[in-house]
Amino acid sequence: MSVLSFFQWCAGSALGTAIRDSRWLFPVIEAVHLLGLALMGGLVLLVDMRLMGLSMPRKPVAALAREIQPWLIGTLAVMLTTGVMLYTSEAMKLYYNGAFWMKMAFLVSAIVYTFTVRRAVLAAAETRVRPVWVKLVALVSIALWAGVGIGGRAIGFY
Amino acid sequence: MPLLSVFEWLAHTRASVAMTESIWAFPIVESIHVLSLCLFLGMTTILDLRLLSLVMRDLPVSEVATRLLPWTAAGFVLMVVSGALTFLNAPVRYYESLFFRIKMAALMLAGVNAWVFHAGIWRRVASWDRDAVAPFSARLAGGLSLVLWACIVVAGRMIAYRWFDKVK
Repeated sequence: MSVLSFFQWCAGSALGTAIRDSRWLFPVIEAVHLLGLALMGGLVLLVDMRLMGLSMPRKPVAALAREIQPWLIGTLAVMLTTGVMLYTSEAMKLYYNGAFWMKMAFLVSAIVYTFTVRRAVLAAAETRVRPVWVKLVALVSIALWAGVGIGGRAIGFY
Repeated sequence: MPLLSVFEWLAHTRASVAMTESIWAFPIVESIHVLSLCLFLGMTTILDLRLLSLVMRDLPVSEVATRLLPWTAAGFVLMVVSGALTFLNAPVRYYESLFFRIKMAALMLAGVNAWVFHAGIWRRVASWDRDAVAPFSARLAGGLSLVLWACIVVAGRMIAYRWFDKVK
């Protein structure tokens, strides 16, 4: 199955068709996607700013990261669920949308990075990792997720 | 002077004309407005969740609030400046939008909620800073803040849909 025929299959699915045929489903799902963005982005920023020594200095990095992890996974699940719904409703438009592909590249990179490099550094930040590397890890995290957000907003302007 | 003529006058200001005529200004300003949500609303939500004892229970409320405040304030400035510029892109269209009016009304309510919190229970924060459950009025302020800001985001997104505009 080629990528194009997969996109065509998604666009023709019952879910995609139902969202396209409704006047208010797309706006409502998109609004939930935005609310998820606010909290998920805030949680990423909170932990990355802690890594850079810019917030919550009295809470150890590993403890903060452990506490925020379920919230991060929960909001990411909301983002992915609403995102897939939005995607199926306009899959054919997105296939030809450069911003969508940029967003997907950033999204895959950000998720892989968050659950490998960043996760390892969060667990070890205060003991084994040199401060300059810790700050770099936080900055790369913010940059990758910002790429996802900018790509997402750019889909509508592309 | 009726409100509409204020908006019409705003539409003729140089800033408004510049926003409308530029190809790049609107997408850039609008993207900043959306992404600033993470900073402003993200931090606001985290404080609200702390007031509801759902995160960072091991830190006093005042500690969480004080550490988040500079970031929330920076996010607020970004939101207001980029929001004002987005508005200047088409003041009269926003005047006619029902969703824009709902957003402005909810914004005022969120402001009142924050003011009531700061002028009230926040003044006595030292006495409940480490309580397992914050006083009712503090939890109410946190809950109302979550609901009102959700309304503001949803209404803001819906401005793009001109379902109830008289002139389309």
